[in-house]
Amino acid sequence: MSTQAAIELKNICKRFGPVVANNNVCLTANRGEILSILGENGSGKTTLMNMISGIYFPDEGQIFINGEEAVIASPKDAFDYKIGMIHQHFKLVDVFTATENIVLGLDEGKYNLKEAEKKVQEICDLYGFELDPKKKIYTMSVSEKQTVEIVKVLYRGADILILDEPTAVLTPIEIRKLFAVLKKMREDGKVIIIITHKLNEVMEISDRVSVLRKGEYIGTVNTSETSESELTEMMVGKKIDLNIERTQSENVTPRLEVHHINCSNREGLKVLDDVSFVANAGEILGIAGIAGSGQRELLESIAGLQKLDSGAVLYRNPKTGKMDNLATKTPLQIRELGVRLSFVPEDRLGMGLVGNMDIVDNMMLRSYTKGKGLFLERKAPRDLAEHIIDDLEVVTPDANTPVRRLSGGNVQKVLVGREIAASPTVLMAAYPVRGLDINSSYMIYNLLNQQKERGVAVIFVGEDLDVLLALCDRILVIGSGRITGLVDARTATKEEIGLLMTKTEAMAQSDDEGGEQNG
Amino acid sequence: MADKTAQKVHREPWLHIAKRSEIPGWQAWLIRLAAILIAFVLVGIISSLLTGEGIGEVYGIMIRGVFGRLFEGQFSAKMMWRFLQSTAILLCLSLAVTPAFKMKFWNCGAEGQALIGGLVAMICMMNLSGLPYWLLLVVIVVTSTLAGAVWGLIPALFKAQYGTNETLFTLMMNYVATQITAYYVYLVGKGSGTINPVDTGNLPVLFGAPYLLNILIVAILTVALFIYLKNSKQGYEITVVGESQNTARYIGINVKKVIIRTMMISGALCGVAGMLLVAGTNHSVNTNTVGGQGFTAIMVSWLGQFNAFIMAGMAALIVFLKSGAAKVADTFFLNSSYADIVSGIVILFLVGCEFFIRYTVKIRRNKKEETV
Repeated sequence: MSTQAAIELKNICKRFGPVVANNNVCLTANRGEILSILGENGSGKTTLMNMISGIYFPDEGQIFINGEEAVIASPKDAFDYKIGMIHQHFKLVDVFTATENIVLGLDEGKYNLKEAEKKVQEICDLYGFELDPKKKIYTMSVSEKQTVEIVKVLYRGADILILDEPTAVLTPIEIRKLFAVLKKMREDGKVIIIITHKLNEVMEISDRVSVLRKGEYIGTVNTSETSESELTEMMVGKKIDLNIERTQSENVTPRLEVHHINCSNREGLKVLDDVSFVANAGEILGIAGIAGSGQRELLESIAGLQKLDSGAVLYRNPKTGKMDNLATKTPLQIRELGVRLSFVPEDRLGMGLVGNMDIVDNMMLRSYTKGKGLFLERKAPRDLAEHIIDDLEVVTPDANTPVRRLSGGNVQKVLVGREIAASPTVLMAAYPVRGLDINSSYMIYNLLNQQKERGVAVIFVGEDLDVLLALCDRILVIGSGRITGLVDARTATKEEIGLLMTKTEAMAQSDDEGGEQNG
Repeated sequence: MADKTAQKVHREPWLHIAKRSEIPGWQAWLIRLAAILIAFVLVGIISSLLTGEGIGEVYGIMIRGVFGRLFEGQFSAKMMWRFLQSTAILLCLSLAVTPAFKMKFWNCGAEGQALIGGLVAMICMMNLSGLPYWLLLVVIVVTSTLAGAVWGLIPALFKAQYGTNETLFTLMMNYVATQITAYYVYLVGKGSGTINPVDTGNLPVLFGAPYLLNILIVAILTVALFIYLKNSKQGYEITVVGESQNTARYIGINVKKVIIRTMMISGALCGVAGMLLVAGTNHSVNTNTVGGQGFTAIMVSWLGQFNAFIMAGMAALIVFLKSGAAKVADTFFLNSSYADIVSGIVILFLVGCEFFIRYTVKIRRNKKEETV
């Protein structure tokens, strides 16, 4: 080889009890290149990187840095080898400034904040980071916090940078900025390893891609010589169709009308500010926005779980045409009204299901009050559980297995299956594919599409804009609790939505119904 | 970096703890059984060191202390009844705290809830002797159950309404109950500190066995509670609220209502235990009537993993250890700490073995470093 590999892994194995997280993984990364580690959730990407950064120690195998065998037994060893990891969940002290966080735990002889600030500024200028060294962490946006994390490892002299899912929490514009910075670092001769499961980003940024599947090393390809479908095949092990079939429903009629709702959190801060929109039957309404912009509160308001300061949630009964206001009702009262509202919440095991109960008992959550008498009727829930296990290919020993023992994808199938089994007229799903493998994700998209074709009003809160654009009919954009836009998913672009996500002022509303209706 | 690589190779420590994947139920029970056996062997060794007798001899004395001379053909029915009666009372209190615990409401007030039930039973027995016997019994049962329920209701109301800490609240309610009882004993006992047993309003004696009714009542409650928690809608609500209040909200369970209702049930069952102690056993009351069993019950409930039938076994085990050890202490002039040591060892093993059910200790296999 002409260039010596900056870092090379040979036959790395790591096991956790019976689970093999990594099996004989081999990797090389060279100076001045960006290497993507691609794999589905649970394929062992993060475990592998944790071994490079000294958090875990490999059971077997060797790590070579600049051609010499390295022993990385602690994060400090990793620093000594100039390896820096930027974790998916930031590890920063909220009340400290950027610089204070950067020098935290660093032994430089003496503590000179002024000097450190200057050095931080130099690093920022060199690579084009936008960062105020004196800004406190708690006032920062997610992307700024990430910048602090990156500058932190650069400050410590890292020249091998590992980024764990760096784009998961960023808006499209922030992602572009991050990529520009990464490219500059590449030119500077740094080694950059990005862990990701987003194909388009892999194609855009990396020079080479290494693929892991279920802990096994599948192979490395040059980005310029591969395609998204080839990478998917490597990742999943078989060819799958990445297209979501979107049909145009006839008979699109308003089902749910949200009128000027306002909602505050426990601290009295406004989390929903004058939100109005219409959800139609036979349509998937997407909700896009930066995480924590009020999506959860919005869905909970409709489900009767949030106390509203003002506003109304009107449900049009498809049989009688009567309008009911759900805003003032509890979930139980909503159900008693005959409103079949299904809700797949973001927090699956903390809200949608009970982890310690088995699948049968979880099926009963919605229906246990049915039937006369004081005692539970487990026959129907058991049938439903068996039915869902068969239909949705839930991998479980049996219907009496506690759901917490199932994998993420199977937990979600149980939850979505139960919510759909209630034959809803409104179906709300918050981040229903988060953490799911590609197969399960597409199964969920198909289920949502089926519901739409059945004439259900589907509300889908998502984070992946590509998916939102491919799946939904209309997309409502929410920013800081306000509706900042409503676009037609068939014509809108990612950039357009990205801009709306970060917009601060509310959309100029032309009519009181909260936007045009897609017919 | 050359100096770095020359460094001694670090490996994982030679012993580390790893979480087990779930093991089958029978294996878990095997571990528990082994723990009890090891605990009994250890208790035997320590006792034999303390007394100078053989291990078999010590256990012989223990069994004699609980059941009489069982193996010498002098089985004591009276001692047997007393053993069952003590087990029944402890079990009743354990059953009482279980629904609350299942709801993750840490009811540490069984002591006070039972005492207030017993006190009310005593007040009825002393002051309503003019009523017909059957009516008096009904009044005693109803009022003492209600008194326990109220004692459970008060902390539940504050918890549901203001989110107060139920552990502290229920503990403080114990002191209130104790002080009220002390005052009543002072009033009635005219400063003597004791109330003589009364013979009005005592629970009936069935088939000449003085504690049979108590035992039957608790047996029925055991079955009832088992079914209530497992198969009733209210039991299901308790589980959901205990596991996740968010889920409960999500499916429209009124969390406050469930907390209040469950604590009233918990308190009411404690009240029944107090009534059994006063009207069915002692026919008198003092501040020590419950005697700390309200706290032992917490342990029984956890050891039994909230399963009413396992709890019955655990209650019997603890009563056996306490009274058996007392007999050993008596025989060899050891002080009362001996009983505590014995039950302490057994409980430590029982609780400690849960660690081995959930975790496994791995010892690193020694292997030769491969050469590069």
